[in-house]
Amino acid sequence: MQTPTYLSAELRLPTNWLDYTILGIYFVVVLGIGFAARRSVKTSLDFFLSGRSLPAWVTGLAFIAANLGATEILGMAANSAQYGVYTTHWYWIGAIPAMVFLGLVMMPFYYGSKVRSVPEFLLLRFDKAAHLLSSVLFAFAAILIAGVNLYALAIVVEALLGWPEWVAIVVAGAFVLAYITLGGLSSAIYNEVLQFFVILAALIPLSILGLKKVGGWDGLSDSLTKSHGGDFMTAWGGTGIGSANPLGANWLTIVLGLGFVLSFGYWTTNFAEVQRALSAKNLSAAQRTPLIAAFPKIFIVFLVMIPGLVAAVLVPQIGTPASDLQYNDAIPYLMESLLPNGVLGIAVTGLLAAFMAGMAANISSFNTVFTTDIWQKYVTKDREDEYYVRFGRLITAIGVLASIGTAFLASSFSNIMSYLQTLFSFFNVPMFVVFIIGMFWKRASMKSGFWGLLAGTTAAMINYFWIYKEGIIDIPSDQGANFVSAIAGFVAGAVVMVAVSLFTAPKPTAELQGLVYGTRSPGMSEPAAVGDDAWYRRPALLGWGAVILAAACYIPFSF
Amino acid sequence: MSDPSGYSEKDLHREVSDLQTKSATAARLFDIRRIIGGLFVVYGVIVTIAGLTDDDAAIDKAQGININLWTGLGMLLLGIFFLAWLKLRPTAPPTPADTPDDQPSP
Repeated sequence: MQTPTYLSAELRLPTNWLDYTILGIYFVVVLGIGFAARRSVKTSLDFFLSGRSLPAWVTGLAFIAANLGATEILGMAANSAQYGVYTTHWYWIGAIPAMVFLGLVMMPFYYGSKVRSVPEFLLLRFDKAAHLLSSVLFAFAAILIAGVNLYALAIVVEALLGWPEWVAIVVAGAFVLAYITLGGLSSAIYNEVLQFFVILAALIPLSILGLKKVGGWDGLSDSLTKSHGGDFMTAWGGTGIGSANPLGANWLTIVLGLGFVLSFGYWTTNFAEVQRALSAKNLSAAQRTPLIAAFPKIFIVFLVMIPGLVAAVLVPQIGTPASDLQYNDAIPYLMESLLPNGVLGIAVTGLLAAFMAGMAANISSFNTVFTTDIWQKYVTKDREDEYYVRFGRLITAIGVLASIGTAFLASSFSNIMSYLQTLFSFFNVPMFVVFIIGMFWKRASMKSGFWGLLAGTTAAMINYFWIYKEGIIDIPSDQGANFVSAIAGFVAGAVVMVAVSLFTAPKPTAELQGLVYGTRSPGMSEPAAVGDDAWYRRPALLGWGAVILAAACYIPFSF
Repeated sequence: MSDPSGYSEKDLHREVSDLQTKSATAARLFDIRRIIGGLFVVYGVIVTIAGLTDDDAAIDKAQGININLWTGLGMLLLGIFFLAWLKLRPTAPPTPADTPDDQPSP
C-alpha cells in the first residue's frame, strides 16, 4: 500500500471563504459532539466502550470509518494509478472474508466473554505474560500510527491549503484531544460516523466528474488498455505463477498473503477496529458490526479507484520523473482541476475529517488498553471506578502529546511511511497467529501465548532488519519484504506455540469455556433483543451475502 | 481472589456486568441521527445556494455539470432522511429498570 509521503507543492487548492465556512462548521460540530457526549460518561465502561450500548448501524459505520482514514483514501487512489484494477484485491479478497469471519466466527468469543479489549482476551485464554506483552506492543504501535496520521495530515494540509506543518499538527491534535477527553469512545465513534458521510459526499462528485472528463467508464477503460496494456484493467490478468506483473505478486500470494495472513491479522485482531464492535449493545449487534461495514467496503473501492485511474489517463507520466505529480497526488490533483468552490470545501473537510478519525481511532484504543490492561491490572489496582475514568482522560492527553511527538519524529524521516507499513506486519500478524491457534486448539497451553507472540514478532523483525535490510536474501521491494515478514512471523509464531504447548501444561478445560471454539459462555446465550430476529438482521445471511457480493464483483473484472 | 495464574473469567464477567448496570451511555447519550441530519441539511442548503449562484467558470471547471447544485441537493436529501428517520423511529426511552436511580454526576 502506498501512503502520502509527500505531495507536490503546485497542488495549492483555490479555496475561498465558502470552503473555509464549510470546514469551520465541521470543526464546531466535532467539538459540539464532544461536549454533548460528556454527560453520558459516568463509568469507565462508558468512557472506554460506550457502555456497550450502541446500535449496530452506528458501530458498523464507525468500524468502516476507522479504516477509511485519509492515508487509506490517498494511498489506494495512488495504488490504482500505479497498478490499476489490482487495487480491488485489497477490498474484495483482502477485507471482506476477514470481516465476515470476525462477525460470524470470532465475535461470539470476543463479545460473549465480556472482554474490554483484544489483549484482555489473551489474558483469559493464556496468561499474564501474553497479556502484558500484547498490551505493550499494541499501545506502542497505536501511538506510532496516530503520529503518522497526524504527520500525513500536516503534509497534505501544507500542500493543499498552505498552512505550516506545525500549525496543522497542533490544531488537529488539539481537536482530537478535546473530543476524546470529553466524550470518550462515544464521541470518537459518533465523529467517525459523521466522517463516513462527509467523505462519501466528497468522493462521489469527484468520481463522477472524473469519469465525465475521460469519456465515461468505456473511455477510461479504452485509454488505459491502450497506454498500460490489457491487464491494467483486470483484477487477475497476469497473476499466473511465474508471469510478471507490476504488483510483483501471483494469485497464490494474493490469496494467501493478502487475503489470509495480512488481512485477517488486520481486521480480526487490531483493537482499533474490534473496539467498535465491542461497544455494540448486544451480541447480535456486535456480530453485525463488521458485517454491516462489509457492504460499504465492497463499493468504496470504486470511489478511490476511479479517481486514481482517471489521474493515470489525464497525467500519463504520473509517478515518473517526467511529471511533477506523484501517485499520491491523484485525488488532490482531481480536486484542484475539477471541483468548484463549495464541493471543494466538502472535499477538503472530508480529507481532514478522515485524517482526524484515523488518528482518533488509534488514540481511543490506546487509552483503553493503557488504562484497563496496563495501569489497572499491573500498576494501580483496585481503585474506585471514577479514578480510572480520570486516568483515562489523562492518558488520552498524554497519548495525543506523544503522537504529536511521533509526528515530528516522523517528519525527520523521508520514508517513515513504508517503515510503518512494516511495523504493521510486526504487530498484527503475530497477534493473529496466537489468536487463531488459541481460539481453535484447546491444547494450546497457557505459556504458549507469550512465547508465540514473542517468537512471531522477533521473526518478523529479524526478517526485515537483518535478512532484507542487510541483503542476506535478495527481495525486490519493500512490499515483497513485508509479505515475507508476515509469513515468517506467522510460521515462527505457530511453530513455537505448538512446541511450547507440547511441553507445558494446558489450561484447565473449566477455564476455557467461551474462549475456545466449540465451547460456550453465559454471555453467548443472551436472548435476542426485540426485532433482532428479523431476517435482514440475521448475521449468517448478512455475512454470506457480503462474501457472495464481493465474489460477484470480481466477475466483470476477470475476463 | 483467583489462582495465581491470574484473572478468571468470572471476575471479569462480574466486573463488566456491574459497570454495565451503572453505565449512563444508553440513557444519556444523544442520538447521532440528529447531528448527521442537522449538519447535512445545513451543508446541503449552503452548497445548493452555491450551485444556484455559480458562474459559468465554475460549471465549465466541473465538465459542464452544475456539481454544487447536485451535490447540495443530495446532501440535503440525506439530511432530511436522517431527520425523518429520527422522527418516525425515535430512540426508545430507557425503561425504569435501566435508569440508574442515583443522581447524575456533574
